[in-house]
Amino acid sequence: MSNQMQSNNALLVSASPHIRDIESIPRIMWAVVLSLIPAGIVGVFTFGYYCLYIVFLSSITAVITEVFILLLRKQPIVNAAKDGSAVVTGILLAYTLPPSVPWYVPVVGSFFAIAIVKHAFGGLGNNIWNPALAARAFLQVAYPAIINSDWRVLAYHGMKNLVHNIAKVDAEGKLVDAITRATPLAKEAGVETYRFSQLLIGNIPGCIGETSVIALLLGGAYLIYKRYINWYVPVYYIATVFIMVLILPPRIATPWANNPFYHIFAGGLFLGAFFMATDMVTTPLTKRGLVIFAVGTGVLTALIRFYSGYPEGVCYSILLMNTATPLIDRFTKPRLYGARIKKV
Amino acid sequence: MITLAKSKLKTFIGGIHPRDDGKVLTRSKQEASAPLPKTVYLFMSQHIGAPCKPIVKKGDIVKKGQLIGESQGFVSANVHASISGKVIDIVPWPHPVAGIKSPAVIIERVEEDSWIEGADVDSDTDRISPDEIKQRIQSAGIVGLGGATFPTHVKLTPPKDKSIDTVVMNGAECEPYLTCDYRLMLHKPHEIIQGLKLVMKCIGCKKAHIGIEANKEDVYTLFKNILSNEPHIKVDLMEVKYPQGAEHQLIKALLNREFKPTQLPLEVGAIVINVGTAFAIYEAVKFKRPLIQRMVTVTGNGVERPQNFLARLGTPIKQLLEEAKVTTDINKIIFGGPMMGITQGNIDTAVTIKGTGGILVLRDAQRWESHACIRCGRCIDSCPYGLNPSELSIQIEAKEFNLALENNVMECKECGCCSYICPAKRPIVHLIKFAKAEIAKQKAKI
Repeated sequence: MSNQMQSNNALLVSASPHIRDIESIPRIMWAVVLSLIPAGIVGVFTFGYYCLYIVFLSSITAVITEVFILLLRKQPIVNAAKDGSAVVTGILLAYTLPPSVPWYVPVVGSFFAIAIVKHAFGGLGNNIWNPALAARAFLQVAYPAIINSDWRVLAYHGMKNLVHNIAKVDAEGKLVDAITRATPLAKEAGVETYRFSQLLIGNIPGCIGETSVIALLLGGAYLIYKRYINWYVPVYYIATVFIMVLILPPRIATPWANNPFYHIFAGGLFLGAFFMATDMVTTPLTKRGLVIFAVGTGVLTALIRFYSGYPEGVCYSILLMNTATPLIDRFTKPRLYGARIKKV
Repeated sequence: MITLAKSKLKTFIGGIHPRDDGKVLTRSKQEASAPLPKTVYLFMSQHIGAPCKPIVKKGDIVKKGQLIGESQGFVSANVHASISGKVIDIVPWPHPVAGIKSPAVIIERVEEDSWIEGADVDSDTDRISPDEIKQRIQSAGIVGLGGATFPTHVKLTPPKDKSIDTVVMNGAECEPYLTCDYRLMLHKPHEIIQGLKLVMKCIGCKKAHIGIEANKEDVYTLFKNILSNEPHIKVDLMEVKYPQGAEHQLIKALLNREFKPTQLPLEVGAIVINVGTAFAIYEAVKFKRPLIQRMVTVTGNGVERPQNFLARLGTPIKQLLEEAKVTTDINKIIFGGPMMGITQGNIDTAVTIKGTGGILVLRDAQRWESHACIRCGRCIDSCPYGLNPSELSIQIEAKEFNLALENNVMECKECGCCSYICPAKRPIVHLIKFAKAEIAKQKAKI
């Protein structure tokens, strides 16, 4: 546009409001990426640089798939590819995979997450399930051997320390076995009891990004501070799991099976509670709805952990509650101002 | 700045506050009288209700304050000549708010600028009767100057079955960028309070409550001091939050009373007047001066000297913009503030009307690309009326107007909080306006 005297038809005419908040989808998504970095760092330190490769591969596949599908759908590419949502999905998926996973697993998973779970339902904003979690569930079925067992920790210079730490509490002294356990919550894992300091720091077996409670809390706190996620979803979720473990009769004959602290710190609960149950797209709109969602997810997580054949309580409970989200929305509509209705 | 703890400030649930509310541009600048315009364009419709009927004709000589448009019906407000001069034409002219051409009386100024006989005379307001107050307000053509332009005498005539116990005066000025009410409160506090008391007398109401946002603490202190011996008029600081000055939010904050978006404040025994209106009422009742001028904030990054002007009604905005040193690369002119203001398409024809409290001129106005809703729920949290803007916008995009109707689309006041806060930059208010128009069309067909 020229800088000469304005002609009338160059005046923009639009509906109010004429100012907008600075927050945008890219700002939110890249903040989530930033908040996931601490957990990734702990993952790399614990399990080795191969994890970095997996995270990178998963993210790149997600972005490439995003662009590819947008081309197919004849949608504008540049903004959507830059908005960071595909990167978030890629990282989150990688974080839920075992550290020794073969390279093609995150590639297949990421493609599935973006192409099927996200874009087949209409792209960002229209997907019913959390893409990373749905892809994780898909991989669980597609590669059960890789996801559930056959864990091999890769060589890593700092690994000796980790082995040493675990060895202290390993009753049978099987150092290698101890580390190759899927997660502290796996049913066959009867021997290990990790100290809480280990659970907090994250130098324990587990998926790439799920082990460190402190790192996940750090990222979650940042997102809560920036108001990109609500505090009440993770809090209600984790608290519900805690209470459920207290209430439910122990099903597994291990010392920690009915220890609620162990349940909330071990496994993927913090990753799920702060980064997946808070996904805007697949969770209810209102505060009341979100509380119902969080409590429902907590109940399901505990039930799945106690009574099902999978250790993946967090993954399936969130996916199930994602499915229930439209229903929750329907029953938790905001109250019209001034129209006092009886509390149900 | 704020000495009161935030929790002590009165407010409502929802709403937004922009990080940069733009008030700093004009709030500390002395207001000025705009030079008298050469020509004024006075619309016969500057209020909500029936348009006036012009009672002058081409070639007539009129004096300042002379009645030129007679109100038609009760819900209507007189229009007076804002300058002395000659009627050069009565033609349909592009209306700055209605978006259509509407009849306007065009007056060309003569040198002298004197009031018509009978106007501008001091009168004793101590023994004036309530009916006389209302009559003077009605004949002066006073409307709500906060922007809604509802005829004030109608507001002062509540139905027989409703009793009003409190007059609420709105000194919130929550709309970003605007400071015309602030400047007025700073310099005419006694007159404003007199105007308020006249309203109280008019409707026989013993109590009043003044709400002022916490970013105008100096004004709050001023009013507090003036009213220190009058406990029946309360003054309160309110949280700086848009739309704090809207009737529902103001009454919720000050009186803690709720009523439906489509209802009027008299449902809960209150009426709301703006400080600008109170001042105009004082002028009309005390001095019999009709409403012919008002304070207008001319601001934004498109003007080099943003300032408040006391401007005659019907002044071409080009003149005000030149006064404020408009830059050459502006791309948006807004009547009102950035949240609810109406954009002007033509800088040459736009003129001020009774409801014009601000002219916001921008040089870097953006077009936002909108995205599918990501269901973050921010719009729901910000909606002061308890609507679900996310769902509404999706339903309207799908042209499901009946669903939108079920979800209370007609209750929306178009305050703009949802569109402002939306990270996907969805044009929610735009869609809601569209839906309302479509629903009205459908109704007209039946």
